[in-house]
Amino acid sequence: MLFKKVKIRLSILLTLSAISVFLIFLVFKVLEDNVLYFYSPSEIKNTNDLNLNKKIRVGGMVKKGSIQSNETEIKFVVTDLNNEIIVSYSGTVPALFAEGKGVVAEGRLRDKKFFIAKRILAKHDENYMPPELRGNLNKDAK
Amino acid sequence: MLSKLGILFIIGTLFTSLSIIFLTFKELKVIDNLIPSKIYKFSLFQLFFSISSFFVLLLAYILSDFSLVNVYENSHSNKPLFYKISGTWGNHEGSLLLWINILVLFSSLFLFLTKNSDKSFKILTLLFQNLLIITFLIFLLTNSNPFSELFPVPLEGLGLNPILQDPALAIHPPLLYIGFVGSSIYFSAALAALISKIDSQSFAISIKSWVLVSWFFQTVGILVGSIWAYYELGWGGYWFWDPVENSSLMPWFVMTALLHSILVLERRIGLYSWVIVLSILTFTMSVTGTFLVRSGILNSVHTFASDPSRGLFILSFLVIMVFSSIFIFFKFSPKENKKYSVFSKEAFIIANNWFMIFFLGVVLIGTLYPVLLDTITGSKISVGPPYYNLILAPFLIPLLFLMTSGPNYKWISNEVRSLFNLVLVLSVTLFLITFFLIKEKNFLINLILFFSIYLITQTLFDFYESFKKKNINISRIISHLGFGLLIFFIYINHIFSVENNFNLKLGETKKTDYYTIKFVNLEEQSIKNYKSIIGYFNVSNKKNFTSKELRPEIRVYDKPFTITYEASINSNLFSDTYLTMSNISDTDVFNIKFQVKPFMNLIWLSVLLLSLGGVLNFFKRKKYEKN
Repeated sequence: MLFKKVKIRLSILLTLSAISVFLIFLVFKVLEDNVLYFYSPSEIKNTNDLNLNKKIRVGGMVKKGSIQSNETEIKFVVTDLNNEIIVSYSGTVPALFAEGKGVVAEGRLRDKKFFIAKRILAKHDENYMPPELRGNLNKDAK
Repeated sequence: MLSKLGILFIIGTLFTSLSIIFLTFKELKVIDNLIPSKIYKFSLFQLFFSISSFFVLLLAYILSDFSLVNVYENSHSNKPLFYKISGTWGNHEGSLLLWINILVLFSSLFLFLTKNSDKSFKILTLLFQNLLIITFLIFLLTNSNPFSELFPVPLEGLGLNPILQDPALAIHPPLLYIGFVGSSIYFSAALAALISKIDSQSFAISIKSWVLVSWFFQTVGILVGSIWAYYELGWGGYWFWDPVENSSLMPWFVMTALLHSILVLERRIGLYSWVIVLSILTFTMSVTGTFLVRSGILNSVHTFASDPSRGLFILSFLVIMVFSSIFIFFKFSPKENKKYSVFSKEAFIIANNWFMIFFLGVVLIGTLYPVLLDTITGSKISVGPPYYNLILAPFLIPLLFLMTSGPNYKWISNEVRSLFNLVLVLSVTLFLITFFLIKEKNFLINLILFFSIYLITQTLFDFYESFKKKNINISRIISHLGFGLLIFFIYINHIFSVENNFNLKLGETKKTDYYTIKFVNLEEQSIKNYKSIIGYFNVSNKKNFTSKELRPEIRVYDKPFTITYEASINSNLFSDTYLTMSNISDTDVFNIKFQVKPFMNLIWLSVLLLSLGGVLNFFKRKKYEKN
């Protein structure tokens, strides 16, 4: 009787741990496939194994005098003061999008010089800078 | 003047809290069953002082008293009165004062409203709650004092960020705070229950109302925040899996788990330790959320003024709180009487808890992973919505199914029920009709749609059945119905949402698959504290030849200088037409985002229904207690 009880408990415990391991594996697998890596234009230039099909974020400053709009898209240049990349986007931009201000664009690279954005991130505060960008700009300043 | 008065009231609160701690501590050694009236008196004084300090700050905002740094930084004399008032809690210092007020309010309410309960349990709860109050008062006084003075007194304030000048966002923080901070009282009660060794049933009964209250406010708070994001951020989305949103959702999962497991505990079936763990976890998650939001370590679309020293304080508090809770838990862990059966109501409730904890884990990992990875490897990443959608969606199916069948099982029984019945047949029929109407090809989405329909039908059937028997568990029915409808409408909305992005000049027309959008006119207006550029658009539907006029705005505020884009939404019960325009660098080309979003209002209504269940449960309990 006691033996049976122990056996049942053991099997429950084993099943539970198997399920947990499976769930944890699943969570991290999906997580790994769905994180968006953040790059500055310089990092894009210097990274060799970029996967063009993967969604990424590109951040930097909107270069002064670079914004152009036509019927379907807006084009502008994102710079980190060392390197730059052209970004094309269609849709409304967040309120604080302007030349000379920080920007983060989300989308895919067409090649190392051209980025097709699906989303431009909204920032509520004019002094706001994404933490990723702040770190990068400081690094470049050194 | 007001600054001095405010600080006086804060000191008063601090003094009364210390006295309550001293009195309760002394009272622990006295063996009788009477709580001395002194404690009640001090509690009333404490409530009076803390509410007064809040009203002083409120008054300073209404009178635009810029001798207070906090008012100077966050207000402006020509702001509408309503936003002067909401400005009180629209910033870190003011919201901390609100936080303390809610801690104090719940402390007094618990003392005065909890009847027939063990004395040492009540006293200890009060003791722990006042330790929390003291900690936050010290934080307020040393680091984030809303009553700090400014000299010389400036003539004008800096103004409140216009994006926060919005009715939904004015009431959103207080609602969410009652949820977040309200959970503190059952955190304190859980620790008190461990030490006083109160029996499980009295513990369950004494915390149930508080769990219900905080759960209700948390739900409505999340709803209001979501509605705000929908019309104010101009993206047409209502949930972005943004870290700040996640912070409000994580305590919600634990509260929901708690709400269910209390039902088991109430009937002395078991789960005592588990309910205590959940009670502790809820407040822990609330503080964690606050830490993540306020410390600025997260990259979020919502930016809060952040400050590392605040983060450090909250983090240290969190660590001490968690470790002392764990210590108390293991030192005084309660005895369990377990009598679960596999096919019983309690088994389904335990399953609900597993799902909630799993959801919590998924959201917690998604929120913290970028922070961890940045600390360890230095890679900058963000976790996007696909992660959450991919992981959570498949688990909705078993959850919906358990919600459908679980409630009809009996407590502590082991009777297996046949799944084949009229309701199933009806649900399959309804699903097939839906399927032929929408022709969705994704198998997973179809499964989710089916199981949400099944839940809705079953719940409605349960309502009819219990109505006949005059034994209605109305709150469960309403909440589960709300959840079923919510999932159903979210997916229908997802399938049928249309989005078009394009650029237009004044007078031009854009033709999409189903709609023609004409940019008719542009107008400029000066309103009290901003300048408005209004676009007039004519949207006509090619299918049914109806047309609508939409007027999105670009608002230019000067104090502080900010531009906001106001979406224009034509809304009815079945569909929203959503249009935002923006303009870059004063060119004559406007960027247009045009969306058609079906069933948005029904999504909001479903959440309201979900939360309404909580309210009904609260009143049902009151009636039940009277009889």
